[in-house]
Amino acid sequence: MNDSLGTTGLILNEPLLWEKGKAGRCGFSLPKRDVDPCPLEPELVGHGPDFPDLSEVDVVRHYTRLSQWNFGVDTGMYPLGSCTMKYNPKTNERQASLPGFSGAHPLIPESLCQGILQMMAELEAYLAEITGMDAATLQPAAGAHGELTGMLLIHAWHRKRGGQRTRIIVPDTAHGTNPASVTLCGYRPVPVVSNDRGILSAEAVAAVMDEDTAGIMITNPNTLGLFEEGILEIARIVHAKGGLVYCDGANMNAVMGVVKMGKIGVDVMHLNLHKTFSTPHGGGGPGSGPVCVKKDLEPFLPVPRIVKREGRFALDHDRPDSIGRLQAFYGNVGVMLKAYSYIRAMGPEGLKKASQMAVLNANYLKEMLKTTLHLPYDRPCMHECVFTDKFQAPHHVTTLDMAKRLMDYGFHPPTVYFPLVVAGAIMMEPTETESKEDLDNYIAAFEAIAEEAKTEPGLLRHAPRKCKVRRLDETAAARKPCLAG
Amino acid sequence: MRYLPHTDEDIESMLQAVGVHHPDDLFSSIPRDCRLKEGLNLPEPMTEWELNDHMDALAGRMPGPGHRAFVGAGRYEHFIPASVSYLLSRSEFVTSYTPYQPEMSQGTLQAIYEYQTLAARLLGMEVATASHYDGATALAESLLMAVRITGRKRVALSSLIHPLYRQTVQTYFAPTGYEVVELPYLPNGTHDLSSLSRLDDLAGAAVQSPNFFGVIEDLQKAGEEIHKTGALFISCFTEALAYGLLKSPGTLGADIVCGEGQSLGIPLSYGGPGLGIIATGRAHMRKLPGRLVGKTTDLEGRLGFVLTLATREQHIRREKATSNICTNNSLCALAAVMYMASLGKTGMRELALLNHDKAEYLKMRLREAGFDIPFERPTFNEFVVRFAKGFEKTRKRLLDRRIVPGLAIGHFYPELSDHYLLCVTETKSREAMDAFVREVAA
Repeated sequence: MNDSLGTTGLILNEPLLWEKGKAGRCGFSLPKRDVDPCPLEPELVGHGPDFPDLSEVDVVRHYTRLSQWNFGVDTGMYPLGSCTMKYNPKTNERQASLPGFSGAHPLIPESLCQGILQMMAELEAYLAEITGMDAATLQPAAGAHGELTGMLLIHAWHRKRGGQRTRIIVPDTAHGTNPASVTLCGYRPVPVVSNDRGILSAEAVAAVMDEDTAGIMITNPNTLGLFEEGILEIARIVHAKGGLVYCDGANMNAVMGVVKMGKIGVDVMHLNLHKTFSTPHGGGGPGSGPVCVKKDLEPFLPVPRIVKREGRFALDHDRPDSIGRLQAFYGNVGVMLKAYSYIRAMGPEGLKKASQMAVLNANYLKEMLKTTLHLPYDRPCMHECVFTDKFQAPHHVTTLDMAKRLMDYGFHPPTVYFPLVVAGAIMMEPTETESKEDLDNYIAAFEAIAEEAKTEPGLLRHAPRKCKVRRLDETAAARKPCLAG
Repeated sequence: MRYLPHTDEDIESMLQAVGVHHPDDLFSSIPRDCRLKEGLNLPEPMTEWELNDHMDALAGRMPGPGHRAFVGAGRYEHFIPASVSYLLSRSEFVTSYTPYQPEMSQGTLQAIYEYQTLAARLLGMEVATASHYDGATALAESLLMAVRITGRKRVALSSLIHPLYRQTVQTYFAPTGYEVVELPYLPNGTHDLSSLSRLDDLAGAAVQSPNFFGVIEDLQKAGEEIHKTGALFISCFTEALAYGLLKSPGTLGADIVCGEGQSLGIPLSYGGPGLGIIATGRAHMRKLPGRLVGKTTDLEGRLGFVLTLATREQHIRREKATSNICTNNSLCALAAVMYMASLGKTGMRELALLNHDKAEYLKMRLREAGFDIPFERPTFNEFVVRFAKGFEKTRKRLLDRRIVPGLAIGHFYPELSDHYLLCVTETKSREAMDAFVREVAA
């Protein structure tokens, strides 16, 4: 490896917001007062919030400096497993901020909002086509919100059929949100252990599936980056006992144009527009978690539904079997606009190629790194692969140490210690938007770190050294929480 | 495709490294009968320029600049400084993930810590979470939090909480077995809590101020009545700017404060994304749903920030978590803190006053024009007006001129047909209000 990407550069210290400013400054152009003051009853009036007074320059410098302490996809490779940190196209930002969209109030008459309703109706249709399902709702605000929606749909479907059930099967390779979403809906998660090949066996599902189990929540491809090969048989087993199959579609980036979940036994699934469909993650949202369903579940979808009547789009609230509303309005429209733009820019072949290249990149990393890092499941992977720190254990170097050291080399670390089924997991998802050169640099960085683990393990244990701060004390933060200044 | 960097040569050499001949072979672990034989039926790709034209055309079928909507009801049109929009588009903020690796995410983490602080100060509380999806889900999660804290199984909602928030709560509570009771309202447009004392096993009771009719509620009295039942007092809001002027819910005894922060620098965007806010006292912080950022130090004793109290959360606690929330609305919280910082204490107060005074101006003009203002109690920037029967025709005429004369609330409150909820923010000039009154009186 030539010069490492990671270097030091001048970034500036910056105090907390309220340590700056002076009373009487304002960074906001207050509109002219063209009406007379009209005092409110004094007992209703408070002292006003204790905010610092800052000028526009104060605020701009403050947040510009803070931004420089952050690392994003635009900065460099961000191979967080199960997060699909692909490039976020800039044209999408332009489209979402068009004043016609960003300035639209959600309660103005539908006749005035045909453009946005058309976009939403088309996006629903595209997502249904990509997943092979019959209908979609865009209302859920994020992946976990989509999971909750899916669970509520399954709950409502069983209730309508007259027999409520109490359990949902959740494999040990599931995202942490899955069991939490199940519980929020009043179900009890029933764990199932994946087999020695890292996937679910149909027998394990058959052993727990019964007529008190509402269904299964399966992540496919799963969090080990493996396709659940037994899905057809598993779906058959679940359906035979009157259950439904939910697919966590967070990993859909592996199989666009390759597999339609609706054709392989899935009844309901969610997608993460902020993963598969290129909308930026914003340091933790806003995302969007649309839910796609088969025909039988359509009557239960959240209200309002977008419908087309006599050539005009409208919002239909009259759905007696609907689970209701998942949030006040129609979902994160600002995010939908970006995903819509992405699908229109990519087209059918582009989406398929994105999945192919995502899988190619992951398999390439897997092959190139498997002598450097221990690979617990050595078989073709989908969009991500999982290593461990087993080879480094003799040097008393952990997954966390390697992750922190990777920062010094200029890369965001992979997901660490997840999935839980693999001890010391290092879960890498390069995505399709990384070039071969970027991958080769990343591989070289990991090789160099593995070498350091043998020769200078202290470099790893005390990493990072080139970030704004050194390793942070998370234990102290939790023991004596200070959540506001 | 410009987002995909692979050349044919790259693909060739990478396939070779992986040991397969064709990209399709990469999917050999997927059983053949699971794989698609046909392509996706989607529109053909557009160039960047075709996409611009297409999206411009869609945006052209929206009201666009120049329309005047006197509508609030949970989403409020406020001016957003260019500085906020520009700062918020810094791609270091936009293109990062949830800050799991704090050393590389100090920008997001300090900004969220600052947001938590200013949100807590605005509401008069000690702790605010990093963000939730929107005001409605924040209310639902606050009520579930009250159930967790008290171990009781019933919650009560004022019927003057935003109707769409109440519908969301019903959705969240439907499968839980916990009961949701709705409380009536008084003829003066304020909540009626007199039936509370007859409700046992009450975990929490939620009221909204300013309420859905825009009326400012007596929160102190509400808190006293709710606390008599042993339940938690949950104070909800849809218009965060109101607390630039009004006494904060925290100073009036609220145990949990929740609501919508869209007013704080976030565009309308047809209702989403918004910003769900939940705040409480330190006593209940470990029962909070969602992410929290806390202060700590690094190896060398320097100040830094991390996600903390993660043992409440789904990725650690799985089915025992306080919520399933993972991705929240972080960037919206960043917009809010940039906006609050831009206004400052002085600006928040002046802007809130301006909203109040402008709404009072329109109220006065409508009253002069002979319209009935049914609820006399003080309001902030929204109020209810009763237009004459047959107003529907006038409304259509106004809509044709791209003026939206408030929201008809008879759909939510059948006893209030002909009643409209109007909203006036700083974006409405006196001239625009005068023109509006002329139009509706014509």
